[in-house]
Amino acid sequence: MDVVNQLQRQFIDYSASLHREGFLDDQFTQLQKLQDDNSPDFVVEVASLFFEDCEKLINNMARALEQQQGVDFRQVDASVHQLKGSSSSIGAMRVKDVCVAFRSFCEAQNREGCLRCLQQVTHEYSLLKNKLQTLFRQQILAAGGSIPVVE
Amino acid sequence: MTVEQIVSEGKDQFPIGMRVLAVDDDPTCLLLLGTLLRRCQYHVTTTSQAKTALKMLRENKNKFDLVISDVHMPDMDGFKLLEHVGLEMDLPVIMLSANGDTKLVMKGITHGACDYLLKPVRIEELQNIWQHVVRRKKKDRCNSGSKDKPHPDSGEDAGIGNVDNNGKLNKKRKDQNEDEDDERDENGHDNEDPSAQKKPRVVWSVELHRKFVAAVNQLGIDKAVPKKILELMNVEKLTRENVASHLQKFRLYLKRISCVANQQANMAAALGTADSAYLRMGSLNGLGNFHTLAGSDQLHNAAFRSFPPSGVLGRLNTPAGLGIRGLPSPGTFQLGHVQNSGNPTNDLSKLQSFVPGNHNTNILQGMPMSLELDRLQHNKSVGHIGELPTTDSTTVFPGSGSLVDARITGFSNNPLLGVTSNSLMLEGSSQQATSHTSVSAIGFQNGNALSDFTLIAPASNQLQDSKADSQGQASLINCNAGQIIRSAPQEWNAPRKDAPYQSHALINSSIPINSAMIQLGQCLDRNNSIFHRTTDLDSVGPLNFVDPLSIKHSEGDNYIMEPSVIEKEGYLMFQPRPHGSHVPDNTGSLKDLASAMMKQEDDFGCNGYSLRTSI
Repeated sequence: MDVVNQLQRQFIDYSASLHREGFLDDQFTQLQKLQDDNSPDFVVEVASLFFEDCEKLINNMARALEQQQGVDFRQVDASVHQLKGSSSSIGAMRVKDVCVAFRSFCEAQNREGCLRCLQQVTHEYSLLKNKLQTLFRQQILAAGGSIPVVE
Repeated sequence: MTVEQIVSEGKDQFPIGMRVLAVDDDPTCLLLLGTLLRRCQYHVTTTSQAKTALKMLRENKNKFDLVISDVHMPDMDGFKLLEHVGLEMDLPVIMLSANGDTKLVMKGITHGACDYLLKPVRIEELQNIWQHVVRRKKKDRCNSGSKDKPHPDSGEDAGIGNVDNNGKLNKKRKDQNEDEDDERDENGHDNEDPSAQKKPRVVWSVELHRKFVAAVNQLGIDKAVPKKILELMNVEKLTRENVASHLQKFRLYLKRISCVANQQANMAAALGTADSAYLRMGSLNGLGNFHTLAGSDQLHNAAFRSFPPSGVLGRLNTPAGLGIRGLPSPGTFQLGHVQNSGNPTNDLSKLQSFVPGNHNTNILQGMPMSLELDRLQHNKSVGHIGELPTTDSTTVFPGSGSLVDARITGFSNNPLLGVTSNSLMLEGSSQQATSHTSVSAIGFQNGNALSDFTLIAPASNQLQDSKADSQGQASLINCNAGQIIRSAPQEWNAPRKDAPYQSHALINSSIPINSAMIQLGQCLDRNNSIFHRTTDLDSVGPLNFVDPLSIKHSEGDNYIMEPSVIEKEGYLMFQPRPHGSHVPDNTGSLKDLASAMMKQEDDFGCNGYSLRTSI
């Protein structure tokens, strides 16, 4: 029990810190609230989807920005827009903020600016992914489960 | 709770179990949305493809109560999907987007969305979306209760007559001509199926549409937002959504018309061509008409002549004459296609408004449309076209595309409508040397017409710009004139020439109204008789322009306006306004008409009335 409590506390603390640092915002809390017996893995599911989607979009953007002939800013913008939507849906605040800046560079058709933003997005995304994975691990533990060990 | 349970309970425990279709290409958002909706106890179907969504909806319209769609989607624009759903299925649609720009939100509204949510969407917002379904259901119930008839009874009111509208709208887009009929029919039937879900369809009756157009004109087409329109219209049971979707359609219609109008201008000349051409135009469908008119090309002089009486009006309207050329705003409504001639009858019946003369019978009859103009409410722009009688109202949009609205609007005010407005366009279309069709004469309102006619006819010369050629002329003759026109039909042909009949032309040109005109006056008498045909038509009835004015023209000066003549010539006669409102007793002289027209001009602003030649 104590251990569980401890783990739970750990989880809560970690979660709070993520919020504080701006990695997650209120929306994530909403997601957590949505999780219930009917959909016990809801948050993890959504997060996983988000990561997949994020990677895809980042790749798209990188490809588009690498075009030597001429960057199709509309396409980049579309990807950024979508990323913005999904990141805000999941509560990934920092990612979303970068997207906002990214969009204005797209509108200005500023390739350098876009590339910089792309880098930033990638960075934020990695950070977030790590943190969420940690959080989920803690979640499992706090729930009384155990992290499976891969031999 | 299993899905089945939900479904079965849904009906009883609404909003629980409400069936929602969620569309979003972003899987994260889609999953989130679906979960949120399920948490609200709705029955959710999700898809990431808009095309799939449409397919599902088309398969069974009754399968869903509400649609939520993202704006940015790769395979289809969210607004497009919104339009489709609104038109085909009449379901409430909620837009969803990460972008909350006012412009986008406005776009959503104008396309008929009943709500616009921002991402990330919160559960609280979703908990209330069922209200949109209830609202629509309510409207349906009211509609079905009261109306049930396929005609544009007053019963239909608010309620998004999507079905009708959709049909209409679709038709309009594609092919104006036959639509009219269909639409009318649809009105009747659509609403049924009240049971199922909601589908309260608002039938946009002529009256309703007229109000709508008036409101839009008042606000200015650019500033017309559903909320304000709704307030101005002040119709019970009409929701903002109804207005929004109707507005959307209307805008599309206008766009179409303006395109057509340009083309029509040329057609105006064609107006002269006779009957057949016009008749085609007759298809009051309005928008389409112009084209046909244009095609007829001959409209000019020739047209007039041969134009069967009914046709005359129709033709005149044809864009070419009416206004297309010089006539003001393409929007002008074409006065109901005058088309009358033969073909138009079909259309006319439908259009009611336009078709004034369709039949060979007096052109004037066909004209009701012109009178309708009054109803149209002058506003030249747009709105009026809507007046077109037909029940659907929406579809009616000035069918004659070419002349479209603007002109017509002008009409609404004055009886002279036809005449005054430049639209009489008589012509503008230059071509017809002979008749400047500036039918303008039509404006006559009761009796006076004759005098006016002359104006109109000779106007051809005068008409200068608006090619209004005959067409324009015809239209002018609003109700009263219509009658006159009848009598003076013949001349119209001649005038065709381009006398771009500006309204002033009419007035100014004191065309020597031949006796024929006078006769017209007689005919006009209370116009309404002819026009009324459609009564509903508010819109400009196809003015049969009588080309009395052609006095000048070589065509023949016989203005004799015998009704028969007119018919033959296919003048555009203005339909005397059914209400006969301005029409001062028939005795009026042309001068009166002229002045009336002048007034009208001011009102309308548009020069040419696009008389729709409902041919």
